[in-house]
Amino acid sequence: MQANSPTTAAAPASAPGNLAEIRNYTMNFGPQHPSAHGVLRLVLEMDGEAIQKADPHIGLLHRATEKLAESKPFNHSIGYMDRLDYVSMMCNEHAYVLAIERLLGITPPLRAQYIRVMFDEITRILNHLMWLGAHALDIGAMTVFLLCFKEREELMDVYEAVSGTRMHATYYRPGGVYRDLPTSMPQYQASKWRSAKEVERLNATRSGSMLDFIDAFAERFPAAVADYETLLTDNRIWKQRTVNIGVVPPERAMALGFSGPMLRGSGVVWDLRKKQPYEVYDRMDFDIPVGTNGDCYDRYLVRVEELRQSTRIIRQCVDWLRRNPGPVMLDERKVRPPSRVHMKEDMESLIHHFKFFTEGYVVPEGDTYAAVEAPKGEFGIYLISDGANKPYRLKVRAPGFAHLAALAEMVRGHMLADVVAVIGTQDIVFGEVDR
Amino acid sequence: MEQPIQSPAAASAASEALASAIGARLRDLRRLPALAHEVAFEVEPDRLLEVCRTLRDDPELRFELLMDVCGVDYLQYGREEWLTTGATRTGFSRAREVNAPVDPDMPGRFAVVYQLLSITHNRRLRLRVICADTREPIVDSVVEVWPGANWFEREAFDLFGIMFRGHPDLRRILTDYGFIGHPFRKDFPLIGNVETRYDPEKKRVVYEPVSIVPRVLAPKVIRHDNRYEPALTAPELPR
Repeated sequence: MQANSPTTAAAPASAPGNLAEIRNYTMNFGPQHPSAHGVLRLVLEMDGEAIQKADPHIGLLHRATEKLAESKPFNHSIGYMDRLDYVSMMCNEHAYVLAIERLLGITPPLRAQYIRVMFDEITRILNHLMWLGAHALDIGAMTVFLLCFKEREELMDVYEAVSGTRMHATYYRPGGVYRDLPTSMPQYQASKWRSAKEVERLNATRSGSMLDFIDAFAERFPAAVADYETLLTDNRIWKQRTVNIGVVPPERAMALGFSGPMLRGSGVVWDLRKKQPYEVYDRMDFDIPVGTNGDCYDRYLVRVEELRQSTRIIRQCVDWLRRNPGPVMLDERKVRPPSRVHMKEDMESLIHHFKFFTEGYVVPEGDTYAAVEAPKGEFGIYLISDGANKPYRLKVRAPGFAHLAALAEMVRGHMLADVVAVIGTQDIVFGEVDR
Repeated sequence: MEQPIQSPAAASAASEALASAIGARLRDLRRLPALAHEVAFEVEPDRLLEVCRTLRDDPELRFELLMDVCGVDYLQYGREEWLTTGATRTGFSRAREVNAPVDPDMPGRFAVVYQLLSITHNRRLRLRVICADTREPIVDSVVEVWPGANWFEREAFDLFGIMFRGHPDLRRILTDYGFIGHPFRKDFPLIGNVETRYDPEKKRVVYEPVSIVPRVLAPKVIRHDNRYEPALTAPELPR
């Protein structure tokens, strides 16, 4: 952060004649500031320590994802969706494949729906752990960050085991998911840096299938959440930094287009998983936490409770998935590539495979808006198809975009240090804001 | 197997109820074709603000949230890059040839699509406005109805060049400072018009025309799939 020269915008001429003229300062925050959460450039007009005006400059991470998606077949863009909100990857994929599925008029098999719900919730925990760690770090609590990332690493291993990559999974496909859950988890090996005893401890929950591993995680995770809460919820400094900061009344939150925890923190009971359930969320037993004051502290409480509720959903999914094996991809030749075995002995399958991965499939003409309850709020995809193998127009409705638009309003009158708290509470990720 | 949202019959019944509620309050809106669980209407540009206020304030409608504003450029709609019929003679170059040029001033080229959400009634609605003038596309800003529209409209202005009358602060938002053109228009090349590099002699970053040639890797092709023909997908026929 560096202070620029004073601007011409002078403070009201209330100063008596012989005192020095007091002027507002214009300050540049970011784009390379650790608590700007990426590439946010904020132009702040300061009256002393208080913010008079904030003007966020975004777009430094703009990659024209939507235009790129319009230039390639539908399936080629699934991986781009991971890179939008790069800490809640599979939820982005989910909205995209949901939009394609609705236009195609197909429904994935039940097992695929359960897998999707389970991974949506794993993703929510991943996202909230990242948020909690970063938010606490911004406000000055280092320990929480380390604790959060310890658990986050376990879930990253789940991502890796199921899709082959830690972050950009490309796991959801129109018609289901790419493959069934693996029957084993990768194990740590003893090395110069890890003793046999240490490896044994790390591998304790990794001897069974992935579902066993997830179940063991869900078993002990509530205790970890309790640890985070011990560090923060009643912490005097934490409360001083978050209570009554960035207050948004419910009517205003709706007018500004808020969604997700930002809306629930203000006391609006709204969660797409309950109100407009997709996949098998209507079969899940969970609660929606809501706040009362609409300040940073309430939003913190809402997200921490969501960690627990997500764990509940995961356990229900694990339970069902254990008992119900079955297909995870629709047996529909238009959206599913032929098996390798067929390809090796059948010319038509080889041609089909080639056409499927180059030209792709056509989606009937029409448009649809598919929204999922992503960890940050409503992540929507508006898809227009003109009957071709590529989307005609793809619009990504990112929750963070609407939230950041309200930043100026939320920080007005607050101190400079509170800007950091408000950016943290909005859970901003620039991959989705700039797209 | 369960449907993703609700049963198709219940979904279309709810949609019809919403459509008739809107039809009773706002006359002469054209209903657009949409999937069974979605409702979409087209609004004349001069009635947009009136319609939006009614949609937000009427107790039977109450669309409190504007979820999204999306600019659309219909210039290439329904035009394929790969003509299947008789293409075998021409080889790979067929994919690189641009079809007959389209008139960039064609009427109805630009549209703005609004996604509304009613928390009170748990319903969604889509509105579409077609800009009357293609050379200077302009529609009324809905910021005074939903303040959250501010940045969404700035984005549509930046990427499509659609102007919003009455917007408090219509600046570019996503593109670079000093950017020229509206990149999401269909006649704006995917690779852009300029590229940047550091010039060691001038000791600064310079803009130059792009040095690579645009190339289509997977051409756009429209195939008429029998299964999506309405007559063939009627419920009594096996798929």
